[in-house]
Amino acid sequence: MTATIDKKAPGWNRPPVVTADGDAELLEVAMGPHHPSTHGVFRMDVALDGERVVKLKPVFGYLHRNHEKIAEGASYLAAMPYTDRLDYFCSLSNNWAYALSVEKLMGLQVPERAEYIRVILAELTRIQNHASTIGFLLQEMGASGTPLMYAFREREKIVDLFEDLTGSRMMCNYMRFGGCRVDMSEAHLRRAREIVASLPGFVDEYEALLTSNEILMARCQGVGVIKPELAINAGLSGPMLRCSGVNYDVRKVDKYGIYDRFNFRVPLGDHGDIYDRYMVRVLEMRESIRILEQALHDIPAGPVQDVKTKSRGLRPKPGEAYGRIEAPKGELGFYLISDGSANPYRYRVRPPSLINLTILEDMCLGQNVADVVLIFGSVDIVLGEVDR
Amino acid sequence: MKTVEEIQAAILAAFPAAEVAIELNSSPSAQHSLRLGHAHAVAIATFLRDDAALQFDYCSNVTGVDWLDREVSEKVKVKKIVDGAEQEVEETVKRTVPGYLEAVYHLFSTVHRTGPLVIRMKTANRVDQVAMPSLVPVWRSCEFQEREVFDLYGIQFTGHPDLRRLLMWDEFKDHPMRRDYVEPDDYEYEPTPHDHVQARADAHKTAAEKGAA
Repeated sequence: MTATIDKKAPGWNRPPVVTADGDAELLEVAMGPHHPSTHGVFRMDVALDGERVVKLKPVFGYLHRNHEKIAEGASYLAAMPYTDRLDYFCSLSNNWAYALSVEKLMGLQVPERAEYIRVILAELTRIQNHASTIGFLLQEMGASGTPLMYAFREREKIVDLFEDLTGSRMMCNYMRFGGCRVDMSEAHLRRAREIVASLPGFVDEYEALLTSNEILMARCQGVGVIKPELAINAGLSGPMLRCSGVNYDVRKVDKYGIYDRFNFRVPLGDHGDIYDRYMVRVLEMRESIRILEQALHDIPAGPVQDVKTKSRGLRPKPGEAYGRIEAPKGELGFYLISDGSANPYRYRVRPPSLINLTILEDMCLGQNVADVVLIFGSVDIVLGEVDR
Repeated sequence: MKTVEEIQAAILAAFPAAEVAIELNSSPSAQHSLRLGHAHAVAIATFLRDDAALQFDYCSNVTGVDWLDREVSEKVKVKKIVDGAEQEVEETVKRTVPGYLEAVYHLFSTVHRTGPLVIRMKTANRVDQVAMPSLVPVWRSCEFQEREVFDLYGIQFTGHPDLRRLLMWDEFKDHPMRRDYVEPDDYEYEPTPHDHVQARADAHKTAAEKGAA
């Protein structure tokens, strides 16, 4: 049967399109794939009436390498380093999502200490991602360098810790099915505590610089608004969903790992505009700091991986599993089907960056072309994950 | 969360003629799924989204799976004449189960905080009958993901508002995520070919090019 689209359904309440009046001509602009604000190679085919956007079609695939096909041809463990390359800003979150899915598929248990280490690393990843995202957003607004360099100064401390622990700053390849690759030493934990102790000062400084900045408020408030019904229907996740006031955080909903043990709140936006997305990210950094303080205080001694767990030559029983985590960019999920052999029959990544772009056109219609750059920047994407 | 059996019963109460079958998942994740027939798929999806007790308003993940033709052997009893007398003999008969393409949807509820509910639909075969109804009218989040499944698996989603390739370029012919996809071997230019690369490059040369060299 053929379905007809009910344009009144929640997913389709698009703003009215502003059309060219009289005999004015529309100007078609290809923004990207080499536009400096596209965070990589991504193209938006934009039709403009004067400065107003009347049509915007995103074009993907410039960085497509068929990650899923590669992983289906490799063993379960061999896909782990490839997950680093999805969202290369947050490789540890990607590792966790994949490890969690395989653990669901096989019913593996993770030792206590490894769960704490995972939380510590994932929340540090979230802080450096959000700080950098805000820095990039401000860069696109014309604040050349300063906020971004403030963010990178803090990010440097965090990735230095990652490098010391995992051997790589960005391609960490650290987590394993049922645990972690190596233990965090006392020196690592001491360094992590020092970083966490310095972070509230950084967020205060960042906020003093930005939050009540007149230019930032003028450019961000009321721009790129998403309604909560549309946000849910379009499958948005992460700060993009919560900026519209939808209280949905996978850490609270699924309570994966040991997130039920920590006391933290889920920041929500009110208007669903760019400013709320900025604010939600700032507040999420503060909540991450709270989680880190608790985790670094409570972390018990013990093994980080059950010695009996086999990492190599893994052959899960036939079946399937969908596991997901709250990655900094949104809900990152892995869907695995096993046919009993040594490599997954189906390996699927649910990329939050791609799905958050579903409503890019809705947010941009009727806005000025200069705001498209801001709206796009506020979505927070990494092309390695969009195109896979 | 309601079990898949309860959800199946709720669907059948609302649509008595609908095809809804439970597919059990034997892995420890125990994420069982509902297989929907094409005829009522959009109506059932709308019901799952809007029913007050279910409210699966968040379609998180959409993906394709390719199942190839597979051969199954069955033991069949046949009557045969052995040594002049008719006897029942067991024989192994090989039968080909035709392959199909499948689309899998993972649904969650932001209201009841339940999920995942897995629903799946399959095509009649992998060759010419590859259509199934699109669920974009129900969940907008399927828009890009169904385009990706169309691109990489070749499922035709009827009712999709903008069914174009998502990741591959428009002129591309095949569907790379299919299990029997064969990579073209001439996509790379090798400036200094040698050994097997040389042999591969030579195989693509025209007769004129070979004569010139």
